[in-house]
Amino acid sequence: MAVVTYIEAITKGLWEEMERDSSVFLLGEDIGEYGGAFKATKGFLNHFGSDRVIDTVLAESAILGAATGAALVGMKPVAEIQFADFVTSGFNQLVNNSATMHYRWNIPVPMVVRLPSGAGIHGGPFHSRNPEAWFFHQPGLKLVAPSTPYDAKGLIKSAIRDPNPVLYFEHKRLYRHIKGEVPEDDYTVEIGKGDIKREGNDISVVTYGATVHQALEAAELLEKEDGVSVEVLDLRSLMPLDKDLILDSVRKTGKLLIAHEDNITGGIGGEVAALVAEFAFENLDAPIKRIGAIDTPTPYSPTLEEFFLPNKNKIVAALRALAAF
Amino acid sequence: MNGQRPRRGAKQSPSKGDLLQLYYYMRLTREFEESILKLYRQGKILGGAYTGNGNEATSVGSAFCLKKEDYLFPMHRDLGAHLVKGQSLRNLMLQHLARANSLTRGRDGTGHYADPSLRIYGNISHLAAMIPVAAGVALASKLRKEKAVVMTYIGDGGSNVGDFHESLAMCSVMRLPLVLIIENNQFAYSTPIAKQFIVKRLSDRAIGYGIPGITVDGTDVNEVYAACMRAVDHAREGEGPTLIESVTMRMHGHSAHDGAEYVPKNLLEEWKKKDPIARLEKHLTEKKILSASKKLEFEQKISVELEDAVQYALQNPYPAAEEAAVGVFAEQLGIKI
Repeated sequence: MAVVTYIEAITKGLWEEMERDSSVFLLGEDIGEYGGAFKATKGFLNHFGSDRVIDTVLAESAILGAATGAALVGMKPVAEIQFADFVTSGFNQLVNNSATMHYRWNIPVPMVVRLPSGAGIHGGPFHSRNPEAWFFHQPGLKLVAPSTPYDAKGLIKSAIRDPNPVLYFEHKRLYRHIKGEVPEDDYTVEIGKGDIKREGNDISVVTYGATVHQALEAAELLEKEDGVSVEVLDLRSLMPLDKDLILDSVRKTGKLLIAHEDNITGGIGGEVAALVAEFAFENLDAPIKRIGAIDTPTPYSPTLEEFFLPNKNKIVAALRALAAF
Repeated sequence: MNGQRPRRGAKQSPSKGDLLQLYYYMRLTREFEESILKLYRQGKILGGAYTGNGNEATSVGSAFCLKKEDYLFPMHRDLGAHLVKGQSLRNLMLQHLARANSLTRGRDGTGHYADPSLRIYGNISHLAAMIPVAAGVALASKLRKEKAVVMTYIGDGGSNVGDFHESLAMCSVMRLPLVLIIENNQFAYSTPIAKQFIVKRLSDRAIGYGIPGITVDGTDVNEVYAACMRAVDHAREGEGPTLIESVTMRMHGHSAHDGAEYVPKNLLEEWKKKDPIARLEKHLTEKKILSASKKLEFEQKISVELEDAVQYALQNPYPAAEEAAVGVFAEQLGIKI
């Protein structure tokens, strides 16, 4: 097995699916000649040609609408939104067209939208968003957010093969900082299935994306310094949510911390909390705790951004409070 | 004509047989919509009821230029286009009456359906939102070398929406086979065109995208047909999109609930003189293309078919309530045609 970075894993997944299925094509801004703002599609234009790697005009709504239209007639477009923040410019296409077509028309819309998201890269208010919660509320969209190279490749392949619109949230901070073993062969990660990234008995942390790594570091620290056994559940799929995995974990540990990088209010963590409160209340030994970014736009200056974001230390503090309860 | 000129060569005037067909579909469109309004007043149509009275030459004349393999993305005043592309009266009536066996299985109403077997993809209520989707189908057509053309529509007000402009930017650069028709019917709901744009002609917007733009008299089916034929031919030859402004009048309110008191009476009277159906009928009668007996035959046929569609749709049930929870996600790829 090769050790590759998170972004290389995405690239490999895209490449393999394009080799496998000629109806898969890419469209987006600067993805062809330039290879993408983050170089995820470097070399694709030369290999696959300009009919399958399409540099588009700067027009997010047209990109997402065109992807929807091509999917509607049986092609499998993968649209890249250069920064997830800019998806707002095409919001209407996703929530009113892509998401509702199967319900209304009984026609599959097999499209993928790649959304480089997340903060901690000094991107400021408009290059740092985690916009998943907006789409979480819209029936008809699947949402995935891998945290490791293995999941990144497996989920991009599943997303491309899925007959529904799938929003693929790839965290920019993980692109070149996270490496991992990725099989060379064809494998997929099932959409709708979470993953226990670390087993534990005392507290469950339900998390996804870049925050998974902070949770893992926090869990190690608690094990070492406090003798507390923390389970880290990586959702991987935000829609559908792996409800059974969440409930099983909380029923085992009796304590729940939800941690995500998105703003706390109205975030996906709120839904996880409601799920556990509704179906595993009697198993809880402590109030549910949540950690997320504070409810402000993403600030630019490093001191402000650090205060804004969740991090390992904040997770450690929350875990200790839960352990002491 | 602005910008580049489209290629010549397409047949630009309808034959006598075509003209009779156009007349028939325009009459059918109006009669269908009258029956929709009647059902609305009877409380049998529960949601909105939209008509295209005054727009028949545009909706019918434009879609008449399409082949079977071409794609149609009609708007809410284009019932005629649905009919010309082959949609049945029964299916359209089932849609309006929200029945279980309608094309959307009661999940959406009016022309908001898709029928892949006829390559018709209806609009959503967000104006201009379907133009990028139509552009995507045009892109698929180009990538697959299908030579299929995509025709879609927008209103005078809707031509202000970003999707209109983004789509033209994309389609012009990529030379996608799209024909975009602006139905300038003088009002966007209650707002007159003077509050929507200050260009002389909405087709002038084509100049900004380096594509052909033409304004036609939307009450003259011959003119609509000629412009659309050229645009369809231009698109099919790989030359890219065309913008057509068809100038007409919305003779009814925005929808059936709207009395449209804001429309000056004299304006309606002026436009009534240019009624597209009366205009075509006069032309066909003078040229002895339409005989009195043929006209009667059409009227009887329309009456019988409409009665059948209404009765058929009314006899069908609403969907079972729990059906509401089914079908948000697709289980597999592929379209059932």
